[in-house]
Amino acid sequence: MMLTGLIAPFHFSFTWFVACFLKLTTMAKSCVPLSELATSNTHGEDSPYFAGWKAYDEEPYDAAENPSGVIQMGLAENQVSFDLLEEYLEQHPEATGWGCGISGFRENALFQDYRGLRAFRQAMATFMEKIRGERAKFDPERIVLTAGATAANELLTFILADPGDCLLIPAPYYPGFDRDLRWRTGANIIPVHCNSSNGFQITTQNLEAAFAEAVAMGFRVRGVLITNPSNPLGTTISRPVLEEILVFAARNDIHLISDEIYSGSVFSPDEFVSMAEIVEERGYKDCERVHVVYSLSKDLGLPGFRVGAIYSYNDRVVTTARKMSSFTLVSSQTQKMLASMLSDRVFVENYLETNRKRLKERHDYIVEGLKDAGIECLRGNAGLFCWMNLAPLLKETTREGELELWKLILQEVKLNISPGSSCHCSEAGWFRVCFANMSQRTLEVALRRMRNFMDGPTPIRRITSLPFKAEMALKQKAYSDLESQAHLQIYLKNKHEDALSLLQEEARIKDETIAHQQTLINLMKAELAKTRPPSG
Amino acid sequence: MACAEAVQKENLKAAGTIVKQIFVLAASQGGTMPKVAGYFAEALAHQIYRSHPPRGVSCSSTHESTAFDDMLHQHFYESCPYLKMAPVVHRGGVDGSQRRSRRSSFVAQKAACNAHGQDSSYFLGWQEYEKNPYDPTTNPTGIIQMGLAENQLSFDLIESWLERHPDAVGLRRDGALVFRELALFQDYHGLPHFKKALADFMGQLRGNKVELQWRNLVLTAGSTSANETLIFCLAEPGEAFLIPTPYYPGFDRDLKWRTGAEIVPIHCSSSNGFRITKRAVEKAYQQARKQRLSVKGILVTNPSNPLGTSLTHAELRTLLDFALAKGIHLISDEIYSGTAFASSPAFVSVLEAMQVHPLNLDLADRVHVVYSLSKDLGLPGFRVGALYSANPEVVAAATKMSSFGLVSSQTQYLLAALLCDNDFTAHYVAENKKRIAERHGRLVEGLRRAGVECLESNAGLFCWVDMRHLLLVDTFEGEMELWRKVVYEVGLNISPGSSCHCDEPGWFRLCFANMSEETLDVAMQRLQNFVASSSQCSGHGTRSWPRGSISFARWMVGLSSSRDHRRSERGY
Repeated sequence: MMLTGLIAPFHFSFTWFVACFLKLTTMAKSCVPLSELATSNTHGEDSPYFAGWKAYDEEPYDAAENPSGVIQMGLAENQVSFDLLEEYLEQHPEATGWGCGISGFRENALFQDYRGLRAFRQAMATFMEKIRGERAKFDPERIVLTAGATAANELLTFILADPGDCLLIPAPYYPGFDRDLRWRTGANIIPVHCNSSNGFQITTQNLEAAFAEAVAMGFRVRGVLITNPSNPLGTTISRPVLEEILVFAARNDIHLISDEIYSGSVFSPDEFVSMAEIVEERGYKDCERVHVVYSLSKDLGLPGFRVGAIYSYNDRVVTTARKMSSFTLVSSQTQKMLASMLSDRVFVENYLETNRKRLKERHDYIVEGLKDAGIECLRGNAGLFCWMNLAPLLKETTREGELELWKLILQEVKLNISPGSSCHCSEAGWFRVCFANMSQRTLEVALRRMRNFMDGPTPIRRITSLPFKAEMALKQKAYSDLESQAHLQIYLKNKHEDALSLLQEEARIKDETIAHQQTLINLMKAELAKTRPPSG
Repeated sequence: MACAEAVQKENLKAAGTIVKQIFVLAASQGGTMPKVAGYFAEALAHQIYRSHPPRGVSCSSTHESTAFDDMLHQHFYESCPYLKMAPVVHRGGVDGSQRRSRRSSFVAQKAACNAHGQDSSYFLGWQEYEKNPYDPTTNPTGIIQMGLAENQLSFDLIESWLERHPDAVGLRRDGALVFRELALFQDYHGLPHFKKALADFMGQLRGNKVELQWRNLVLTAGSTSANETLIFCLAEPGEAFLIPTPYYPGFDRDLKWRTGAEIVPIHCSSSNGFRITKRAVEKAYQQARKQRLSVKGILVTNPSNPLGTSLTHAELRTLLDFALAKGIHLISDEIYSGTAFASSPAFVSVLEAMQVHPLNLDLADRVHVVYSLSKDLGLPGFRVGALYSANPEVVAAATKMSSFGLVSSQTQYLLAALLCDNDFTAHYVAENKKRIAERHGRLVEGLRRAGVECLESNAGLFCWVDMRHLLLVDTFEGEMELWRKVVYEVGLNISPGSSCHCDEPGWFRLCFANMSEETLDVAMQRLQNFVASSSQCSGHGTRSWPRGSISFARWMVGLSSSRDHRRSERGY
């Protein structure tokens, strides 16, 4: 320490001297030192997830202007229900203005109570309850507003973890977490590896394994963060699994953050169970460790307005988060507009229902389209994307192989999708494909491109030894068998369905498998017929 | 020991491995041991890294050694995240171990520690105000809020503009909704239209003497966030910024809380009107060194909050020279630049001072400006702040960081239209300054009639008032006593200087732009009555107490006391 103190002055003048020298001779880059944070790479924006965006920005698809451009399928945006919001604004012009009363604008412009407008918090609470089918209650006084879920997640990490501590996050997870949770907080992420064998479900074993790994690496584990419904999987977490996670958190005395920003994008409201419901059902036992994150960016499709929220059952977390939210408050103008919009019960109910319906239609459409092209997706029930399995196409089942395929799809098929490795998926070959950020027509174009790619003479075909589609089909079959088994296991384990539905499910899976196999056989036959040299 | 040996033999790879080993071993221990060991290893790494570059060598070999330096730095800091955090962990050590025994280690230090500066007696003043707010008709004896630096003088101008431009308000362009476009707009670079307008507006406020590149602007949710972002970009946890006193109490939270940075005050005194001198800056720098803090920069507010004065060319020159000499950054928080109402002395932006500096090329990388529309346009609720820097690395990093506090696109859209209207902005700026000047004159006059002087000022929404002669005891306790009297007996909520880390007791900040003229007159009348009655009581006009030197300990008292967050957010 002494030495450091003594040397510091030298160091400074020295650096300055060197810097000035550099500047004078070469006019080189910045001479005053910046923080590690500013110069380090932990913001993770150099990953393929963001690289694909750049490619899209350079050459965006446009039906009329640039029909061969890149179609953006890496952006989880919800554009399917804008007409409803616009209709509301047309009918309620007063929502955006301040009325004729002069005091309206003044009061609003000066409003800087960091708790946020009461009317808006009330409206948020009601909206969140409505999304959960009113099976959970939200107290407006516990809602802390932030400028987006990005800030909400970072804020919670600042509050719950010291620099050097870690959070467990089930992988695959949203790539942005690497920046949001680690960059400025100095916290670490230990992924809880989930895999396709059970449909990427979180299990206690996986959680315990990650916990042990973190401890072995010398980290203090501060919490587990789940996204429910999951981004990128597009699936909700079932009630028993949620209960297991809470029990796990309680057993290890750690926090549980439940990021539920896609909760209003579940296709059928009954299929979503919020952590808030679990907490209430348990009579608020262990609730002081549970924190829910929400935002209007996905469910209402308003990322530009920067509205996020933290709902914590822990008083100290609420108080501290509120103080910390000074760094990231929501514009009072926006709060006012959204307060009137979300307070309109009829509008909200209609919006949620229509939005869910449209998302489901979109989802079914893309899943069906991909299936036609010979591609399987994880069975999803929520979100603005599906989780697509292209493992059979990989030249080698590694991250490199996956990125090679990703690049190929970006450059030749001109689709920007997100490779699973950017989401820290432990299995190569999975991709996230977004479907709600484009028109139905663009989606059709994207699917047609995908189909052509699968049918056509692709570079993959050149590099694979087996006839392409046949190999694809074989691999697909292996996966599908595994998946069916896993589904059966899950049903048996949870015993959540009655015996009859279990049997029905089993029969359905069997039928499906048979049908699937039949298709495969046909496919292989066709493929072989094509490749067989003409006889005679 | 093995590590030291390895260093001696210049086997840095081995040394690095051993340092890592220390961490592994340390982590397996319980209690405070890992912290101690961790800190030890950090110091070790620090020494290897710092002590290595040979001093006093020729330029050509310096070049090499910087590269070497970088390599070492990379090796010890980037490959091992614990190292960077060790000082933080160390600082929280005592606190941490106490917490652990109580099971409340459940939340992080940031939540538990008090760097956010909440617990304070001034909170009481605000509580008192909220319980009993003045209203000319319903509560004429209530407390008048003079602790709130809000600009309510020119709302009518904005309101009439809004009435004339319903499209900007109603999210429309040429009558059609642009809702969809705005709702989806999440580019953290901000709306270019808005940034251009903001850059022009900032240029306008600087008399068009500097040209601002809109691409050098980063938008943030208020200047609170802009200041924090800059500190995140410029300083490591445990490094320090020098700030002239008295300063905005919110800085204790904004700059220190989450970043882990430290503030070292540059002590300014009334003897020269609280001007910044080279000696004072140098002294603060030495003080930081004594505390073993590495100084990363200086932060000034220009025009100053709470003084209401803008920096002179000479002061700016001093600061720029100092930043150059020490190789540090200079942040100039210019959120009150539009309130500089006097034509002489006029407000001089650091950007302008920089232009005429002989080494202006070297300065470009280290000078950063913070701005916001909360004060000049009086729109704190809309959360629009910005930082301006010609350092591309800072701009890039800060832009990425702005993801954590972006400005609502709806608000950007509205304000882009407002600021693009050059006729409006020119009129607004001139009219707003005129009104502030009038108000300021009214306050100064009212104070004079009460026999109270204030620091001569040329900007701001407040005056820095000298009430030293009203103190019964010339200490900060005396100041608090007087302050309590003013709040409870006189019914004025004002901000005591100690909350701004002022070194001398007896100074107060009085805001004048958050109320009507009539209310200001009532406030002045109350103050006159109070001064008259208190001088009657004491029997002889004003009392002058010998100025004692302010002990460091007393200054520390001031440091720990700062107002509640929400209040200070509103108040400053």
